[in-house]
Amino acid sequence: MEVMNQGGFESGFFTSKLDKMIGWVRKYSLFQYPFVTACCGMEYMAVASAHYDLDRFGAALPRFSPRQADVLLVVGTINQKIAPVLVNVYEQMTAPKWVVAFGVCTCTGGFYDDYATVRGIDHILPVDVYIPGCPPRPETVLNGLMMLQEKIQNSKQEI
Amino acid sequence: MAEQQLSKTLERIKGQFSDQIVDLHTSLGMDTVIVPKTIIFELVRFLRDDPDLKFNLLSDLTAVDYFKRNPRFEVVYHFYSLERNTRVRIKVPVAEPNPEVESITPLYKIANWLERECYDMVGIRFANHPDLRRILLYPEFKGHPLHKDYPVTRRQPLVGPQDSMA
Repeated sequence: MEVMNQGGFESGFFTSKLDKMIGWVRKYSLFQYPFVTACCGMEYMAVASAHYDLDRFGAALPRFSPRQADVLLVVGTINQKIAPVLVNVYEQMTAPKWVVAFGVCTCTGGFYDDYATVRGIDHILPVDVYIPGCPPRPETVLNGLMMLQEKIQNSKQEI
Repeated sequence: MAEQQLSKTLERIKGQFSDQIVDLHTSLGMDTVIVPKTIIFELVRFLRDDPDLKFNLLSDLTAVDYFKRNPRFEVVYHFYSLERNTRVRIKVPVAEPNPEVESITPLYKIANWLERECYDMVGIRFANHPDLRRILLYPEFKGHPLHKDYPVTRRQPLVGPQDSMA
């Protein structure tokens, strides 16, 4: 940890940048809001449960109130009818907040090219991380989560 | 139509509605009756209540768009008799404009939602339906997506960019 290596505890203090410090705190205390609409939900459950253990990334606590959540995990096909609900949930979340598109339907609409389906949630929300796959392997999800943590660590922190 | 041995079900229906039936045949083991929409309600009531038929389950109700054919639409009913382990298919041709048939919701409660779906997707109206609203799509949606002339790239988003390829 960069924060710890600069100076260390023996000398009684350590130096860092405020942005780095806050990023380090934020990336290890992610509360997620799982917006689960389709079959990707089964894969999400596999990732969240003991075998793949999302908890070791400090990111396993699902909050079913958008006001308590930091990450909007959009898991599954988003159709035109539910799109306003998704936007509403996103707007209710308090900053700082991030959006993860979980599965190919949320990334691009997948094979649903029809009257009913939103062709990628980036038409309606700002997406931070895209996790492709139909459904994505748990390892892919974990990789996506680590990429999100890296992004949080390296970004300018709004306070 | 070549003469063929009619099944018990078709024999019974023919005996009751002989002069009004358009066509009557068995296709791949499935008894099929084509009738004008004027008698559909009475026919369905007969299928349900007749002691020799007892079609007590409406397993599906849908519609087909035979684009450029007249009559353009066909409403298709599938009935099943739990007691007799027998099925029957009823087809009702419906013409444009204002495709409409009598609702069978008073006879089968499940027809309520099936007819709403049929209205939502194909635009068939059901007379005397208690609550004929869209069931799957949103109220703002214009048109009926399972019409063969519904543009394949037409999109009607509620939020986000409004362009047709969204």
